[in-house]
Amino acid sequence: MTKADLADAIFEKVGLSKKEAQDIIEIIFDTLKQTFKEGESVKVSGFGTFHVRKKAARRGRNPKTGEDLEISPRKVITFRASNKLKLVIEQ
Amino acid sequence: MTRSALVDKVAEKVEGLTRKQTEIVMETVFDSIKEALQKGEKIEIRGFGNFRLKTRNPRKARNPKTGESVDVPAKKVLHFKVGKELKELLNP
Repeated sequence: MTKADLADAIFEKVGLSKKEAQDIIEIIFDTLKQTFKEGESVKVSGFGTFHVRKKAARRGRNPKTGEDLEISPRKVITFRASNKLKLVIEQ
Repeated sequence: MTRSALVDKVAEKVEGLTRKQTEIVMETVFDSIKEALQKGEKIEIRGFGNFRLKTRNPRKARNPKTGESVDVPAKKVLHFKVGKELKELLNP
């Protein structure tokens, strides 16, 4: 499933034009991305939670060359499915 | 941020769409993803990330209280992989 399929679903269920449906999909995911950029987590009830986690800098090693290096601090996103979604998947 | 705050933000950005309609759109999006996952499909949102199911093998575990061995059946877990564009947005 891709963004195009999501746009089709909106076109069928909501009655927006295909173009409008495509636009709103972009806006939804862009809004989510901007929210993550600000460091904020997003909870979608019945679906799951996207957490923004900050990782501190740490020492690492290039496994290929064995060279010691510093891994820069970074932000990562983790997704935890809600219990409802977990049940749907398990079946 | 919660689902309703997300609806507000999106409704603000889209001209000519009521809050109610935006809510239905949002619901359709997450329901569609859920249905696709139920069918075992992979969801690929370019620039955002992928959702896919991973299979956990069956294993034997122990009840820590009684020490007795229990079979844990195979199961599916959801995995989200952050897309390249989002990763770069977070770590410029």
